[in-house]
Amino acid sequence: MRREPPRTIADYAPLVFPALMLIVFFVIPFSTMIAVSFFQRDQAGFYTPTFTLDNYERFLSAFFGGVLGFSIMLAVLVAVVCVAVAFPFTYLLARSSRRVQTVWLVAILSVLSLSEVIIGFAWSTLFSRTAGITNLLVAVGLMSEPQALLPGFGAVLTGMVYQALPYTILVLYPALVRLDPTLLEAARTLGASPARAFLNVVVPALRNTIVATLIMVFVFALGSYLLPQLLGRPQHWTLSVLITDQAIYQSNMPFAAAMAVFLVLMSLALVGLTLMIGGRREASA
Amino acid sequence: MSGLELQDISKRFGNFTAVDNVRLSVPHGTFVCMLGPSGCGKTTLLRMIAGLEEPSSGRVVLDGGDLTPVPTHKRNLGMVFQSLALFPHLNVGENIAYPLRIRGVDRGAQKKRVDELLAMIHLTGYGDRPVSKLSGGQRQRVAIARALAISPKLFLLDEPLSALDAKLREAMQVELRQLQQQLGITTIVVTHDQREAMTMADLVVVMGEGRIRQAAPPIEIYRRPADAFVADFIGSTNLLDVEADGAGRATVLGRAVPGLEMPSGKNKGVISVRPEDVHLTAPAEGTVAGKVTFVRDLGGTIETFVEAEGKTIVAVTTPRERTGFSAGDPVGIVLPRENCVVLDA
Repeated sequence: MRREPPRTIADYAPLVFPALMLIVFFVIPFSTMIAVSFFQRDQAGFYTPTFTLDNYERFLSAFFGGVLGFSIMLAVLVAVVCVAVAFPFTYLLARSSRRVQTVWLVAILSVLSLSEVIIGFAWSTLFSRTAGITNLLVAVGLMSEPQALLPGFGAVLTGMVYQALPYTILVLYPALVRLDPTLLEAARTLGASPARAFLNVVVPALRNTIVATLIMVFVFALGSYLLPQLLGRPQHWTLSVLITDQAIYQSNMPFAAAMAVFLVLMSLALVGLTLMIGGRREASA
Repeated sequence: MSGLELQDISKRFGNFTAVDNVRLSVPHGTFVCMLGPSGCGKTTLLRMIAGLEEPSSGRVVLDGGDLTPVPTHKRNLGMVFQSLALFPHLNVGENIAYPLRIRGVDRGAQKKRVDELLAMIHLTGYGDRPVSKLSGGQRQRVAIARALAISPKLFLLDEPLSALDAKLREAMQVELRQLQQQLGITTIVVTHDQREAMTMADLVVVMGEGRIRQAAPPIEIYRRPADAFVADFIGSTNLLDVEADGAGRATVLGRAVPGLEMPSGKNKGVISVRPEDVHLTAPAEGTVAGKVTFVRDLGGTIETFVEAEGKTIVAVTTPRERTGFSAGDPVGIVLPRENCVVLDA
């Protein structure tokens, strides 16, 4: 669709409201946060406006660097697991009958109504020794005695994947429904086994969708701060946990702001890198 | 025997029988067109030959070997889909090379074969272009080249030309037929366009309601349709009720057709007369008298609609043999005996 470019100031009028909202609710708070990250903490009260790089300096220690690295690793892992699980699932879902699709989509949407707290406590029960899923395995005879599966990295990962999976499926679903099923059939008539046809044809045809979904889940998982606390040990705490801790419990707003700014910059850099690599591959193809 | 054999193939979806006990022998190198209205089971039959659909009963046999249990990707056939199904993430050359790549053909041989195929479809030098930059006809040719890359024994096409405009479609029909003759490959095309079938096929298979109504060379299908369904589907025709009188002569619209006799043992039926075989004369000279209701002059041909005994009969003439009738004129209709085909009702 081609439209005429706006000519007069009045043509820009429809943009005024969204622009205003963006300024009030995004640009101003974000600028405030950036500004606060350079302020000095005041032990007695809040903070005093000066210009100091102390907050960033403090952040550049091995401890916070490690937490940042762990947070990004966890978010990447959640994104990869989510897409790896959701992609084949959504592919099969999109090929099944309308009724089956409706039932599954309603079930998936209902998971979205659960808050992070409920998900966290539900999994902590499921992973507990007294009432957890290991009791079922014992009953079936696969295990000799029930075990606690938390706190631990596996529990954190499971909880976060569980939380992000519905979003992943809902983002992938429209693209997979629109995918021409004859592409796969054509690959099969040309000699590709079903699994090979899926990898050769379906995955590359939807590469952009997959990359976009990975980025979305990554950003989503980066913000998670409750599940790591409920299901993990302190070494599994993400930067978001530390930011909350500094901002709310330690009343160190400037330091929390500095960490938040750093987290945003790191995620932007990673997303940019992903897009750049994707774009280069497209150009060479 | 060498060629493709369909042995009593049926396909049922729940209570619905899509393909009903189809039996057909296709000698090696034959060009077959499966023709029928939508929903007649022709595409399902093609998909069963390709292995994309499993028959409920019956067997697909190629050159004496049973193909039925062989999965699609091991059947070594070439298929062109209605949507063409070119891979959007691969360029023209990579699309054509795909079946070779899957089979582990080395890069040099792949390149050589792709160049050969591009020359065959008159697209030399297009190998590096993205598929999205091609015209409809070019995409069509790329899909054909990709399907033929491994020189398959069987070439299947599902409504391959339906997305093209009328002119391009006619040109592609001729091109496809020439290509098939040049390669001598057994080819099966599914189509609902009878002109397409008449242009390309050695053998036309007319299907209706899941069954084969007639399988014969195109001109025989046209001249000697097996039943009223085939006569009506192939070209246009006049279908008129026919009855035997006491002496066994065939009577149409209450008049005996001179020289036309009913097949023995038959009292009732339908005759099919092609519009170009119907002659119009002066009212007294015809077998049946009628009145012209409408004349459609198409330039190349003239269609005259005549009402007689409550039935409308269409006659087609060329301007050269212009009969000069106009709406409202009384006419005589002559149904030449040799062009009337008596069919089951």
